[in-house]
Amino acid sequence: MELKAEVLSTIDAKGVNRRDFIKYATVVTSVLGLAPNMIPKVAEAMVTKQRPTVIWLHFAECTGCSESFIRSTRPWIDQILLDIINVAYHETIMAPSGHNAEKSLSDAMAKYDGKYILVCEGGVPTKNDGIYGRVGGRTMLEIAKETTKHALATICVGNCACFGGVQAAAPNPTKAMSVSEATGIKTVNVSGCPPNVINMVSTVVHFLLLGKLPALDDNGRPLFAYGQTIHENCPRRSHYENGEFVKTFGDDGAMKGYCLFEMGCKGPNTYNNCPLIKFNDGTNWPVGAGHPCIGCSEPNFWDEQSPFYVSI
Amino acid sequence: MAKYTIDPITRIEGHLRIDVEIEDGKVTNAWSSAQLFRGLEIILQGRDPRDAPLLTQRACGVCTEVHALASIRTLDDAVRVKIPPLARICRNLVHGAQFLHDHMVHFYVLSALDWVDVVSAMKADPKKTAALADQLGNYPNSGAADFRAVKEKLQTLVASGQLGPFANGYWGHPDYRLPPEANLLAVTHYLMLLRIQSRAARMMAIFGAKNPHVQAYCTGGVTCVRDISNVDRLAEFLYYLKEMQEFIDNVYIPDVLAVASFYKDWGARNIGGCTNFLAYGGFPQNSGRYLEEKFFMPGGVIMNRDLGGISAVDPEAITEEVTRAWYKNGPPLPPAKGVTEPLDNARFDYDGKYSWFKAPRYHGKPMEVGPLAQVLTAYAKGQPGVKTMVEATLKHLNVPATALFSTLGRTAARAIETKVIADEMAAWINEAIELIRDGKVETVAEWKWPGETMGYGLIDVPRGALGHWIHQDKEDKIANYQLVVPSTWNLGPRDAQGQVGPVEEALIGTPVADPKAPLEIIRTVHSFDPCIACGVHVIDPDTNEVRKFKVC
Repeated sequence: MELKAEVLSTIDAKGVNRRDFIKYATVVTSVLGLAPNMIPKVAEAMVTKQRPTVIWLHFAECTGCSESFIRSTRPWIDQILLDIINVAYHETIMAPSGHNAEKSLSDAMAKYDGKYILVCEGGVPTKNDGIYGRVGGRTMLEIAKETTKHALATICVGNCACFGGVQAAAPNPTKAMSVSEATGIKTVNVSGCPPNVINMVSTVVHFLLLGKLPALDDNGRPLFAYGQTIHENCPRRSHYENGEFVKTFGDDGAMKGYCLFEMGCKGPNTYNNCPLIKFNDGTNWPVGAGHPCIGCSEPNFWDEQSPFYVSI
Repeated sequence: MAKYTIDPITRIEGHLRIDVEIEDGKVTNAWSSAQLFRGLEIILQGRDPRDAPLLTQRACGVCTEVHALASIRTLDDAVRVKIPPLARICRNLVHGAQFLHDHMVHFYVLSALDWVDVVSAMKADPKKTAALADQLGNYPNSGAADFRAVKEKLQTLVASGQLGPFANGYWGHPDYRLPPEANLLAVTHYLMLLRIQSRAARMMAIFGAKNPHVQAYCTGGVTCVRDISNVDRLAEFLYYLKEMQEFIDNVYIPDVLAVASFYKDWGARNIGGCTNFLAYGGFPQNSGRYLEEKFFMPGGVIMNRDLGGISAVDPEAITEEVTRAWYKNGPPLPPAKGVTEPLDNARFDYDGKYSWFKAPRYHGKPMEVGPLAQVLTAYAKGQPGVKTMVEATLKHLNVPATALFSTLGRTAARAIETKVIADEMAAWINEAIELIRDGKVETVAEWKWPGETMGYGLIDVPRGALGHWIHQDKEDKIANYQLVVPSTWNLGPRDAQGQVGPVEEALIGTPVADPKAPLEIIRTVHSFDPCIACGVHVIDPDTNEVRKFKVC
């Protein structure tokens, strides 16, 4: 693989380790389903001189998606934050509070008007004009409407921003809904509770690389990550075919790694690439740990896929 | 007297507003207000109880795992099952990994920038920084070239005009006291921690399936049978644990001590200190119901800073009240009998109601929960690891034990607790290996649906005392589910007696050099590691239903 001298010197100037960088470009290229000869282009997309500006907002949520994001190891999260993108606003990591924090938001919106990528985490409470969630005195509903209007693209991370999430589960006490429903705009939905960081990063790279958003399914999810079910790629699939099932947790079948379908596994109904990329650097994933998939990347899974321990 | 509002408080989980009154350069009054609620307890009603650990875990994605643990303990209690030893150890290991992750991330990512001036770091001499690093600890990648690289990275960042998360910080504030070399050291360690934390998360994923949001707990035990009974996986865990210990011993603890040495007056003057402390205890060493369990980190109650008069936790002494919260007035009630009648119009009123948090009280008193409460309790009860570490810390800083009652004490307690837990975790791995060697590989105990039942689960988590309560109906569904979380204890509002909440108490008396750059206030608020999304779940705006509940 050959990288242009200009790309290499930019990588060096930013103090990024070349090996790490190439590994990262390779992973992203493969997750996006691109041919290996695209690796240099992926790398190029990541070293633009003026880093693309990201405004990351938190609505009604638990911050699990941000936490998933900061677990990035390829590239490391410090590289993403300092070398690759310009995260102008992110409440969990930004230095200032109060007025200074609000200034970071208004500065970024003014300076990069129509050019920033908006990342939304969390559902938007809408009941009683959205009084159930406020930041700096404004409701989340107001903030969502204003920031999406000026964004180049809006990427929703996590089931809450994509589909309303846990607070939208019945009886949805605050009438929380997805960013798309609350604002009437189209969003890219990187779903999951939380989504895998590799899918978040790959979505952004796709955008930077090709200058357009990835192909999406009917739920706005990038097909490169959500094009197949968990069941299709499950390493326990052969046990399903052989009729070998875990009957109760801790039984002999559980010790042997049998299929979790009868324990309520929602893998057959769930579109995601968890079995292929796993979590936390490929360390493990729910079915790997002997627990059924709960379908967390599906719309309204808290209602539609539950009870979680009852088979489909 | 001038009032100031700080909203949003950032570098926390969730949405918090702090208001203060300042006179003669000091905070004379404070209000802590939660700005979001989500309604999880209402959503839980009528569901399969087994789904509760998955759902309540979404109260928080930062202190992920902790609600799954409190909830699974609640379900175990409701069906009266005693979990097998290997399952208990497995849960302790995952919970221990949560502590290591949470505390280290808190110090570097969520609070360090309150004490460390990033801009000043650009003036540092990398050689002198390397000498300082050598003096404080023995850690790789700490040579002059490494520090020069970080310094250049910062300079490139500033030159680019795109400061990212560092934009608009309070850089140059007169109360940033570290010399440039110490600032550069700390910024370098901030960047190192960003990488190290992903390894701590990996520890949790080995047995917990993933992080955030573990998915391997089940009523009666754990599902990760093939991981916890696999010595390769245990060895992998141990490998990352050693990495954490190296960082804790050579970086985290020395950094906390180094920072503290520049701010000793914060301890001497008890800036940010509270009066009463509550810890439920953590890391059970035997299986059983709460109060039958023996904890590695003991629980206890300390009133009026009297470490000699520590008493045992009485779950019946816990009440919540709503006089100053956005709920219809009523008497103080045990959480289990809680009444939740939210007001339609939630307007901030300094003299009236001003928060979505209720005010939890213990025998009618506000209590600080969290690492300081946990460490003070363990210290008062003579827990050997904690006793040694507390004494060494006080000696190193040359401060009396009373200095612990402060923002600085809270920050130091978090580091002490991290080390003590990390050092013990290797012993739990060995315990697991012995069980496996003896063929005691049972990971789930049998249980039956009991019919109508009550249960509760209390446990100390990185942010403090966490309690869940369940009432299952005779259809095996959730009739009622309640959570009283650490941030409600710490960040709750005033009560009917006019007693302020712990964060409010801690803020009063804080010196403020420049109200427009409220760095000192933010230091204390951050030292509690607030988690607002966690606390604001108790609401039923539709029905204003009165829910009755009983602790069994």
